[in-house]
Amino acid sequence: MNARIAGVGLTRFGKFPERTSRDLFAEAGLAALDDAGVDPDDVDALCYGNFMGELAEHQGHQGPLMAEAVGLDVPATRFESACASSGAAVREAATAIAAGRADVVLVGGAERMTNVGTAAATDALAIAADDLYEIRAGLTFPGAYALMARSYFEQYGGSREDLAHVAVKNHDHALPNEYAQLRTEITVEDALEAPLIADPLGLYDSCPITDGASTLVLTSAEYADSHGLDAGVAVTGSGQGGDRMALQDRPTIPATPAADDAAAEAYADAGIGPDDVDAVEVHDCFTIAEVMALESLGFYERGEAITAAREGETHATGELPVNLSGGLKAKGHPVGATGVAQVVSLAKLLDGESSWSDDVSEATVGVAHNAGGTAASATVHVVEVVA
Amino acid sequence: MSETARDGEFDDLLDAIADGEGYSLECPEGHGSLPPRRVCPECGARDLTETPLPAVGEIRTHTTISVPTPQFSEDAPYVTAIADFDGVGLTGVVRGIDPDEVEIGLTVGVTVGERETTGDRLVVFEPR
Repeated sequence: MNARIAGVGLTRFGKFPERTSRDLFAEAGLAALDDAGVDPDDVDALCYGNFMGELAEHQGHQGPLMAEAVGLDVPATRFESACASSGAAVREAATAIAAGRADVVLVGGAERMTNVGTAAATDALAIAADDLYEIRAGLTFPGAYALMARSYFEQYGGSREDLAHVAVKNHDHALPNEYAQLRTEITVEDALEAPLIADPLGLYDSCPITDGASTLVLTSAEYADSHGLDAGVAVTGSGQGGDRMALQDRPTIPATPAADDAAAEAYADAGIGPDDVDAVEVHDCFTIAEVMALESLGFYERGEAITAAREGETHATGELPVNLSGGLKAKGHPVGATGVAQVVSLAKLLDGESSWSDDVSEATVGVAHNAGGTAASATVHVVEVVA
Repeated sequence: MSETARDGEFDDLLDAIADGEGYSLECPEGHGSLPPRRVCPECGARDLTETPLPAVGEIRTHTTISVPTPQFSEDAPYVTAIADFDGVGLTGVVRGIDPDEVEIGLTVGVTVGERETTGDRLVVFEPR
């Protein structure tokens, strides 16, 4: 696979309750089109990720709405795979280009969340779980990951303090990111003393509720070359995996095999392995999720990533920088925008345009891991410098 | 209580659990699952038969939820747990025990209780 990243666009991530998702998406989409320098008439399709538009804005059918918002009259489809919605959109866009069905695709996502308040947003996020068997038993989204965290501790060891180090690292990484929601330094003590949301997870183990949008312009190599585009970074591998919807039906609770499968497929597609990867953006909706993601991606054996942040291995200065953008934890998690935003972060890093680029100046291979629900959906994309 | 249409075989199962006659679905390979199902999610077998749920199960993992959805606002804090009933997993709220004393491996029975906030039915685990 060789889908060139010709342009990227982000809104600031944060709390903007009065901004409509169509306005958020228009800002990010126009930024990406301008960045790419492509003629909007050349865009073949829009692949758009969004999770909770019906609940937050009473708005379904957002594909054509968002195409119109950026001035495009193209086939436009909304992808919904919970928090992996725009990871799925990237996969479709890159696959369409690889198959020769499109030369230029605008791919992105948007989510408006803070306008409904914390209680309604908690309610909306919960619907990524099984309604009959999980939500009706009082399970929330943090609650589901808390079940996984406690099971992880029981099976492999680990502590709330280990998880606190993940939060501290990702807050540290977000400090220079002007697009991030939480640009505040925190300490392990801050994290441990914060109120519990769903024991053993506390407020600082959880990503914030976020409004925002993200976009990429993907093109074929032929289009990029013939139009003289500055598009030296490409999506070179794509994978997607699935799992049983409800945690109660999984043989192992503290693991995300959908991401194992997605990673294996993406690595094979790109012709690389975990040892080739220089930087990673993983789906750390909760601190424990980062731990399980690193294991699924093959950087650690099962049960061994819990100490990675504490040991400094995943910090910008460590062997494998993880979530240099700040991750979902500190950059923010506008659900439908997250998968694309991860690829945007990696593209900027590999292009030398990230605030952390100097620290990882040799980086040529990045991996983005996007998970839906408790990872009943997962996508993995490999992003590489190719020209 | 919400006045909505019943959710088919799911509500049938809750009726049965409330009567002390809970069941799971079993395929010829012995994989257990819960309704509504037309096919075994493990192996694809379509001949599923009802098998009684064991009287007791064992808690696999649990969490005390302090920040609930609005439908559980008056229930919080409460303990949600996954219990294993001889290979069949079920998620429910643990009652009849101090939340701090719930632990992995705890033996529980299953009944149907009411959500304090809305009066809706819910799966309840109690220590046995």
